[in-house]
Amino acid sequence: MTGPRLSRRSALGLIGAAGAAGVAGGFTAGAARGDDAPSTTDLVVPFRGKHQAGITTAVQQHLYFASFDMTSTAGREELKSLLADWTAAAARMTRGQDVTDEGAVGGGPYKPPDDTGEALDLQANALTITFGFGPTLFEDADGRDRFGIADRRPKELVELPSFAFDLLEDRFSGGDLCIQACANDPQVAVHAIRNLSRIAFGRAQVRWTQLGYGRTSTTSKAQATPRNLFGFKDGTANIFGSDGSDLATSVWADDSDQPWLDGGTFLVARKIQMLIESWDRVRLEEQEAIIGRDKGEGAPLSGGTEFTEPKFDVFSTKAGGPAIPMDSHVRLAHPDHNGGARMLRRGYNFVEGNNDLGQLNAGLFFLAFVRSPQQFIDVQRSLAKDTLNEYIRHIGSAIFAVPGGIRAGDSVGSGLF
Amino acid sequence: MNRRSRSTVLAVALTATLGLSACVKNSESGDDAIKVTSTADGCEVSTAKADSGTITFDVTNDGDKITEFYVLDSNKLRIVGEVENIAPGTSRDLTVQAQPGEYFTECKPGMVGDGIGNAKFTVTGDDVAVDEDQQKAIDAAVASYTAYTKDQVGELVGNVDDFVAAYTSGDDETARKLFPITRINYERIEPTAEQFGDLDPKIDYRKPGAEAENLPFTGFHRIEMDLWLDEARKNYPTEELIELDEKGRAKLGDQLRTDIKALYDKVHSDEFVLTVGDITNGAIGLLDEIAAPDGKLPGEEDEFSHTDLYDFYANVEGAQVAYGAVRDIAEAKGTEGEKLVGDLDRQFKGMFALLETYGDYDQGFVSYDTVEQAQRNELGAQLNALSEPLSQLTHTVLGVSKS
Repeated sequence: MTGPRLSRRSALGLIGAAGAAGVAGGFTAGAARGDDAPSTTDLVVPFRGKHQAGITTAVQQHLYFASFDMTSTAGREELKSLLADWTAAAARMTRGQDVTDEGAVGGGPYKPPDDTGEALDLQANALTITFGFGPTLFEDADGRDRFGIADRRPKELVELPSFAFDLLEDRFSGGDLCIQACANDPQVAVHAIRNLSRIAFGRAQVRWTQLGYGRTSTTSKAQATPRNLFGFKDGTANIFGSDGSDLATSVWADDSDQPWLDGGTFLVARKIQMLIESWDRVRLEEQEAIIGRDKGEGAPLSGGTEFTEPKFDVFSTKAGGPAIPMDSHVRLAHPDHNGGARMLRRGYNFVEGNNDLGQLNAGLFFLAFVRSPQQFIDVQRSLAKDTLNEYIRHIGSAIFAVPGGIRAGDSVGSGLF
Repeated sequence: MNRRSRSTVLAVALTATLGLSACVKNSESGDDAIKVTSTADGCEVSTAKADSGTITFDVTNDGDKITEFYVLDSNKLRIVGEVENIAPGTSRDLTVQAQPGEYFTECKPGMVGDGIGNAKFTVTGDDVAVDEDQQKAIDAAVASYTAYTKDQVGELVGNVDDFVAAYTSGDDETARKLFPITRINYERIEPTAEQFGDLDPKIDYRKPGAEAENLPFTGFHRIEMDLWLDEARKNYPTEELIELDEKGRAKLGDQLRTDIKALYDKVHSDEFVLTVGDITNGAIGLLDEIAAPDGKLPGEEDEFSHTDLYDFYANVEGAQVAYGAVRDIAEAKGTEGEKLVGDLDRQFKGMFALLETYGDYDQGFVSYDTVEQAQRNELGAQLNALSEPLSQLTHTVLGVSKS
């Protein structure tokens, strides 16, 4: 698709530009460089490679994320066969193909089609499918090693500690396995998860899923800065796919205790509810003080433009203190105040109707890829003092180890066995 | 794959090929025929053993009512062969093609209600090849499943009589006990009953369904509401639900008996014809009944009594009988067929094993409102595991040529 990129973006309303990824990881402004090249419908992102796709891939517009639990009767062989079947199906779908050769209409009139069909006529739309393994896959809550892989568990793959202001619910948390499907068409992402869930019946069952519209981060300098649902620009401090040395330092877990994690990473998922109505009653001056940036341009309150580095020692006579307040989000989340910790973020907005009180159920589905979960833990602990906490609640949480890239002829996770 | 060893695991399914030839003639049986004598209170079979292959029963009616004779598979549900309409003083033959395995024989004088003289019957010897002529095999499967449907409705008539008698006489304790048991026959054949568009709403509609369609709320669930009125008041707190008096109960009971009798007449009429597609699609339809938003898995079917697990179990039994009717046809379809049959045998076994951790018909199932969400999810996961391969059955039976 070419040409009317701006009009498509405006047709998508909030989607193209809204964002909220910074809530936990740094609400920093991003590059408004205009060209969103990955939004072409026929773009195919290679499924196989040194790393799994969907991490440094330029962030697509839509997400469908699913967490699975293995079924109570499934054992080692079922896990192996499931990962092999998922790999085969994912390789096809990321090329824009039906899930099998017979597909949506080629299997004869007497059986339900292999492919559910809603992505017929839609192209690959830059679909990426990324797999991860949760702590409970290696050892369940009762300490059982159901699949004989306990010795393959990365030391750092443990449940996240609890944080101030957590309001976690089981129904949005945890899981033995996860699949992140991202695409530039929501139906393509939904089709991927739906078909992979169907393939899993009898072996694994969906635990929870999350639909995300509108990326809230960029991982490419070619992508424009999105805004989150609080209306602020988001993403300058993010790591880009082209930042080789930052990726090596902060994303790829090449030095873990498990060889199968070479080229892989850890994925932290947090469902963050935004108290939209309360936020919308906050005066502009206070909104900007909470974030530490101006709302229109995205410049740090210490001065400059969107891409000016924040200066934390600048004093403001008007504020009678630091120009970037001590309890502002930008200050607390900044790498300078977290031992240099950075994360590659791929968060998405969500709006899921409203609650019984007529309030929007909306927020940010935060996804961060990190070399070590400690990077997230450190930043999240710093954010305990964040005034933004008054307007957000973390309601879901999960951690997964994301294995390295899948070689030709291989299946994801083969290094577990 | 070794047939014999599998048959001990899942004997019910293995009996599928028993070709039923209920085409009977007046007895001219040779000496090989096994003698069966049906009386008012007995069903004597001259031997309890036979070699696999063609087996002929020579059934004589020494009673004073028209009788029937059945050969049932090992779970006493699927009808392997039957002969009906044996008048007092006459005899008829039943010929079946039997694989090695355990079976049961029984008679049904009066042709309604439970069979009598149920006795074990063992077939030994070599496996019998599946009929080379697929149409013959399909015809046999349809005949077997049709007979099963008629039999289930026959039993339902008797069970509903008992249930209604307890209810209308004010014996609530017995009526509550009989409620889930009485529904078993209906739940086993639910998609068939639903073919008769006007009957199912009267017999089995839930309260919201009846109200949405502006129908009088009658049938099983109306009686359920009256028997568990406290629960009903909890579910519908804004409505004034009133206990029925003797007259109200009698009217409801009569209506249910009348509707069940109408169902009996329909399935026993000449116009009642099933196809093999009805059987295989009916199997998946039964599982859909469980998973539906107003079905058993969410606990909506029996919203007052919380006896959903009985219905759940009966729906699975019904699906297994339908599968059993065509199992050997599917298995003969090369590696695809063998794989499907292997999957289905395993998943049916897993489904029953999981359900049986919650009880059984005799000892009772636990009240479904005590089954927590995590447990319901586990039941749902196993139901999905079973439903996916079962949805392939029609294709394998009808769409794959023999290899």
